[in-house]
Amino acid sequence: MKPLILFCLVFPTILSGCSGSQSALDAHGVSAIHLKGLMAGFFWVCTFVWLLAILTLVYALMRSRLWEAPTQSDGRWTRIVVAGAVAATALVITVLTIASFYTTRAIDESGGDAITIVVKGEQWWWRIRYPNPDKSLEFETANEIHIPVGQDVRLELESADVIHSFWVPSLAGKQDLVPGRSNTLLIRAERPGIYRGQCAEFCGLQHSHMAIFIVADDAKSYAGWLASQQIDRTAAMDDEALAGQTVFLAKPCAACHTVRGTSASGTTGPDLTHVGSRRTIGAGLIETTRGSLAAWIADPQTLKPGNNMPMVPLTSDELRQVSRYMDNLK
Amino acid sequence: MTAIAPDRDTRDSHLAEVELQRHLSTTWGSASGVWGALSNVDHKVIGRRYIVTAFVFLALGGALSLAMRLQLSQPEARFIGPDRYNQIFTMHGTNMMFLFAVPVMEAMAVYLVPLMVGTRNIAFPRLNAFSYWMFLAGGILLWVAFAIDTGPDVGWFAYVPLAGPQYGTGKRADIWAQMITFTEISALAVSLELVVTIFKQRAPGMSLNRIPLFVWSMLVTSFLVILAMPAIMIASTSLILDRLVGTHFFNPAEGGDVLLWQHLFWFFGHPEVYIIFLPAVGMVSTIVATFTQRPVFGYLAMVMALITTGVLAFGLWVHHMFVAGLPRLGESFFTASSMAIALPAGLQIFCWLATIWWGRPIFKTPFLFVLGFIFTFVIGGMTGVMVASVPFDTQVHDTYFVVAHFHYVLVGGALFPLLGAIYYWFPKFTGRMMSERLGKWVFGLIVVGFNLTFFPMHILGLQGMPRRIYTYQPEMLWGGLNMFISLSVLILTAGFLLFFIDVVRSAFHGRPAGANPWRASTLEWATPSPPPCYNFQRVPVVSDSVPLWSDGEVLSVASGLRVDRRELLVTGVVDASPEARESSPGHSVWPFWTALATTIVLIWSIFTPWAVVWGAIPVAIALTGWFWPKGTPEDES
Repeated sequence: MKPLILFCLVFPTILSGCSGSQSALDAHGVSAIHLKGLMAGFFWVCTFVWLLAILTLVYALMRSRLWEAPTQSDGRWTRIVVAGAVAATALVITVLTIASFYTTRAIDESGGDAITIVVKGEQWWWRIRYPNPDKSLEFETANEIHIPVGQDVRLELESADVIHSFWVPSLAGKQDLVPGRSNTLLIRAERPGIYRGQCAEFCGLQHSHMAIFIVADDAKSYAGWLASQQIDRTAAMDDEALAGQTVFLAKPCAACHTVRGTSASGTTGPDLTHVGSRRTIGAGLIETTRGSLAAWIADPQTLKPGNNMPMVPLTSDELRQVSRYMDNLK
Repeated sequence: MTAIAPDRDTRDSHLAEVELQRHLSTTWGSASGVWGALSNVDHKVIGRRYIVTAFVFLALGGALSLAMRLQLSQPEARFIGPDRYNQIFTMHGTNMMFLFAVPVMEAMAVYLVPLMVGTRNIAFPRLNAFSYWMFLAGGILLWVAFAIDTGPDVGWFAYVPLAGPQYGTGKRADIWAQMITFTEISALAVSLELVVTIFKQRAPGMSLNRIPLFVWSMLVTSFLVILAMPAIMIASTSLILDRLVGTHFFNPAEGGDVLLWQHLFWFFGHPEVYIIFLPAVGMVSTIVATFTQRPVFGYLAMVMALITTGVLAFGLWVHHMFVAGLPRLGESFFTASSMAIALPAGLQIFCWLATIWWGRPIFKTPFLFVLGFIFTFVIGGMTGVMVASVPFDTQVHDTYFVVAHFHYVLVGGALFPLLGAIYYWFPKFTGRMMSERLGKWVFGLIVVGFNLTFFPMHILGLQGMPRRIYTYQPEMLWGGLNMFISLSVLILTAGFLLFFIDVVRSAFHGRPAGANPWRASTLEWATPSPPPCYNFQRVPVVSDSVPLWSDGEVLSVASGLRVDRRELLVTGVVDASPEARESSPGHSVWPFWTALATTIVLIWSIFTPWAVVWGAIPVAIALTGWFWPKGTPEDES
């Protein structure tokens, strides 16, 4: 009984929402709020049914000990009670099925004017594309999606290699990214905030380190972010950063990465045009600082063993310059 | 059937008891030594081997879970790297499902069903021996591969394309797929034997409405195996073809489909759950009846519930794919069908409760495990209703909530009854009782340890912790509960260690049991413990569903079987009226050679498709040897 008591004490408090940045119980998206309501309903119904069954069992066990109870079974009454219990079970599961059905319907209802963002799962990071009819305003980023609060956003989910699953529990339930298919997931954040998620379908060696952040901003900040991402570069660079750019373009880095406005146009790895503005590197692995960028570039295989970024030998000067350059790509 | 004139037969009807035992022992006994062991076809010997082997795999799989709990006890721990960890969780799942849970249930049936229906050996006893060797070889293949760092690392479900030729490099996924072939061969063989044994070898008078509930559950289970295994056979063979000879069944770039794998796998994979659960249900019914000293309430309802569960089991597989992006309407159908399974499951629980209600429960260890089962399994059933709901599932699918759910269902729903069943039937297997005192400790440690270990996983799942991650970051706040779980595992482990100690100790020093220590009602208790090689001196005759309760000390028997060769009675499917005498094959070493030859083909074919061609030759030779008449009395009939 211990875990049950623990659970009863803990569950309502988590339901009231005090947990971390990645929790189905800390709901801030319209889907997640619907789901949390459904889950709470299921929880109380199931707890009640379980208690009923266990209390019956305990009473049945104690019955013949507590008093001289008749053990000559009354077959007719027992049959009626068992049939009644089955009928009650049928009623409960019918109600729960209907509740599920309507919750699904409520989640899938959407305004037609949703923003569309393409999310492509790759081993082991997320390629994010903001499509635009004007191709010059279209851009790619990685592992971080910005959305405006209170607006429907349609995520087009695709995979470049194996099956992944997109799950940001505080906003919505999960949806798989299946090679050869395109799935969609509708999200809407009700409150501004940073919501963490991570890949939920086993996708190989670094499945554990494949996080994504959804940053929900008010309309104004979102528009500002969008504008800054659409242009090639925001800040002027110092000499060290410019030297870093030269190294970056000369070394194999540019074969896999794109930095718009330069000759670097590789598409194997994440687009780095605004890498310095993202919260983390390595798909949620470490916070983006100049130091962490340098550590990552110097030895990506120790930080995230098995990932697809090779170690590119650099001198310490070059490393300093490249990390400065990356940090400058705001 | 027999051409020999009746007056030259040696029949059991003419013989006195001592003379009869001497004849039967000579006819049904097996040779001693290594050769005798390799050629034995006695269902009890093979069943015992099966059970012991499966429990060895349980211990190995348990050791893997300890390794995982060590790695997950704190964030960003570096005890085990991602490569090894992925192998470990794949091995844990594969091992527990394919090498422990399914085989151990079939093993119990191989031992018990012929005794419970009152016959002298299982149908197709040589196939039975073959199935054990195949199972053993498959298990060894998997564990040797793991030991040399070639263990599968793609999950026990081996989703493509991760397990396909492009991403699953090396031989790891091939090992997994081929291990499936081994276990599906052995499971199919055992299921066929059980179906035939149950349909055609029941004691006279054991009509369909008098079959013990455990036997009913094994009959339904066997049909599930026969109907579900072909799906995984197609799936694993297609995967091997994709990997080995370059077909494109699962390659979307060439018109294949990755979801096809999931459909095929879960069309097998969901019934698999009931293949494990239904035998456990049969065990619970048996134990409840014995320890309340009354038949389970609602025999017909119980049988119907078993059959309904078996049918519904094939209509649920899509609930494993609720987030794969299938059409919503279809998913709603599978929500309804998944919820519907609560009806037969509920009905059985209610019938057990009714039985306990009217009985005077005897609190011995097997019964305690049944109580632990009801307590725990109903929680698993409740979370099962939760994950059956499409919207609910989108939040908990592939999280620790699901890990908690299926451990509640499989450990609570199948392993607890199995442990109860071991305590219950151990006296029959060995002739000695297990310790009641230790048994209560085992029960307490395992049930408490289990709940402390797995209950918090529900919360972790809701807090966003996905399955199959080898580590997590400190800022995720999962560290506390994970440490709690890792410590709780120690209680669970202590319980299992004590169980194994009790088993070994009792096997040598346990109190002698006698034929029927629990005053049970079914036929396996009508013969000494452990049963002689011929099971029953004379074939029992049954006139109701609780033969040992209604007939008192003396059980009616039939006579007329020959004792100079292995012969058993074939009876009608419905009313079990005697139809014929049929000879039962004697011991043979050829099933062993056939299994060895098949093993070579299957392992060789991981490396080259030509193995199927050249390897067929030794298999053909071994099979010829198997079926070649050797002039034994059984061959002549």
